[in-house]
Amino acid sequence: MFKNNLPHIYAWLLLTPALILMGTFTHLPSFTTLVSSFFSTGTKKFPSKYIGLENYEMIFDDPIFLEAVLNNAWYAVATIIPSVFLAILMAVFVDSKIRGRVLVRMAYFTPTILPMIAVSNIWLFFYTPEIGLIDQIAINLGFTSQNWLGDKDTVLNCLIIITIWKEAGFFMIFYLAALQNIPPELKEAAMLEGSSKFYFFRRITFPLLMPITLFVVINATLNSFKLVDHLFILTKGGPDNASNLILYYIYETAFSFLDSSYAATLTIFLLLILAIISIVQFILFDKRIHYR
Amino acid sequence: MISNIKSFKKTILTLLGILLFFTTKSFGIELNMYYPVAVGGPLTKIVDGMVDEFERNNPDVKVNAIYAGNYNDARIKALAALKSGKPAQLSVMFSIDIYELIEQDAIVPFDDLVSTYEDKAWLYSFYPTLMENGVTEGKVWGIPFQRSTIVMYYNKDLFRKAGLNPNKPPNTWNELVSYGKKIVDSTSSWGVMIPSTGYPYWMFGALTMQNDQVLMNGDGNKTYFDHPSVVGALQYWHDLGNKHKVMPSGTIEWGTLRKNFLEGKTAIMWHSTGNLTTVKKNAKFDFGVAMLPASKRRGTPTGGGNFYIFKKTSAAEKKASMRLIKFMTSPEQAAHWSMSTGYMGVSPASYQTSALTNYVKTFPPALVARDQLNFATAELSTFQTGRVRKLLDDAIQSALTGNKTPESALKGAQSSADKLLRRYR
Repeated sequence: MFKNNLPHIYAWLLLTPALILMGTFTHLPSFTTLVSSFFSTGTKKFPSKYIGLENYEMIFDDPIFLEAVLNNAWYAVATIIPSVFLAILMAVFVDSKIRGRVLVRMAYFTPTILPMIAVSNIWLFFYTPEIGLIDQIAINLGFTSQNWLGDKDTVLNCLIIITIWKEAGFFMIFYLAALQNIPPELKEAAMLEGSSKFYFFRRITFPLLMPITLFVVINATLNSFKLVDHLFILTKGGPDNASNLILYYIYETAFSFLDSSYAATLTIFLLLILAIISIVQFILFDKRIHYR
Repeated sequence: MISNIKSFKKTILTLLGILLFFTTKSFGIELNMYYPVAVGGPLTKIVDGMVDEFERNNPDVKVNAIYAGNYNDARIKALAALKSGKPAQLSVMFSIDIYELIEQDAIVPFDDLVSTYEDKAWLYSFYPTLMENGVTEGKVWGIPFQRSTIVMYYNKDLFRKAGLNPNKPPNTWNELVSYGKKIVDSTSSWGVMIPSTGYPYWMFGALTMQNDQVLMNGDGNKTYFDHPSVVGALQYWHDLGNKHKVMPSGTIEWGTLRKNFLEGKTAIMWHSTGNLTTVKKNAKFDFGVAMLPASKRRGTPTGGGNFYIFKKTSAAEKKASMRLIKFMTSPEQAAHWSMSTGYMGVSPASYQTSALTNYVKTFPPALVARDQLNFATAELSTFQTGRVRKLLDDAIQSALTGNKTPESALKGAQSSADKLLRRYR
């Protein structure tokens, strides 16, 4: 009897550390977040009390949150597509036989290893009007000075560029690994058949990269909701919320407005958005992925 | 193998020794103190130096002064420490955090800690204007430490280049515009830059005060964002960039403005006096410091950080905290702090110390911030201060970026602020 159960016990023992970690740091906090979203934030004058769905109703009456959601949607689309595209391009480039291949690979990967806060401080002095790098070059070329981060129309795109610059190199590593796993016989066969390079990429390489693309796209999506470090340094969500993103707004609500219950509600909302996006991605991609 | 065991034993013994050393070298009382830095320059070193001196004079107290980022970060860290059960005993935090700290039931009023006549007198030894943000419900909750006003830094070399008198900075709003135009016309620099990120509501507090209107009442439960004089102030700020073209349009970054000024890209900047010593050290040109110009009157909000003592603190720790705060705000230390940073001496007595008297003789700009106290008012601070402040910040930025008119932006901010503050009236 005991002997039969041994593998089970063994398996559970192996799983225990992970279960404890996941439980205490992921599931328990998510649950308490859900619970506190049904209460008001307690203060000395107004103690916390059960308010049902009031916090959720507040979301739909909150123009700043709506703006943050719209900003985040554009931020996601405009970072994911170019950075995945760039990553493939860079991976194919550094996978080919070029001189100084290691150097180029390293150069592409450097932005990834820099902390986002450091990156933001560097870019702050790129974007600064008059004395920033971009403006100094532009002014010398005869353009007028641009207030990149101080203009509602440019600020979000400025942040998007930083994110693409930072993420593309990271995704490139995955593509590079995948490219090196593609058997060379396929290429030789294609050459014998006389297919063009682009045709080969479109019909062989790209489909074989699909599992990686799914992984990368899901990661990029999560990052576009998760990565807000640069807002602290560069814009604080401004001017007038033009660069406010959901997570930054949640942070502000919790720690600047000290309204932890409403922040919890916004967090639940964000969790829902992310869950829906991941499910859709898995379903959509699953049909087009060829796993070996 | 044997040598391995031996060396292992050695390591254990050394570790024990180190542990013993630290435990026997115990202090009577240990204080944790968070403090923020919101301007440039090596301010952490200056604070550490002052704390070291306090420890030398008070060997029974150990102080861990912990640099906690900007004002927001400092409050977050102090409140998080409070909730985690390992609280700080005292902290320097934003003077305008007072209502929120009271709402969180985090701090104690100083009135409950002073008993002797001497201590009570000490509470009233500071500049009254600096106490405005620290007093509510008839009690003193914050003791001024790193306090500032907004001052006008100007580049005398650029003034000369534009044919302006370098010893006559603009005194009125109209002069600010006309001087600015001269500078824009005859140099490649901007006339003036007023920062509008980071703390836009603070700069705006100066403009509205100059237009003879404060932003909120003394109880922190009513704002006057849609008052015609407030709208007028925002209109003026907007016009500097968009109509008179003496300032870049859009928002101007708080963090990089000092560099803009030091590189001569603008002839005038409005900034915290806390930048004074750094500007003095780094300016490669002749610069002056002046009070902000007047519309109907002169005006500036005070700014900066106060000392607070936390509630979850033992009686002995409270006593030690009081000693530390008294030391840090004593005339000699306040003078030293003022000279090394540019922040004001917080009491009239600090300006009577020989050190500061001599310093201002050789460097008169150090007096501007203090003299301006006569025209100063409290910084924007209300219940729900984070939200209310953001409402005003967003309104200012939406007007400056041309997204809304000053009037509609401020009307919107006022009606939202009313909604938030209604239940505190």
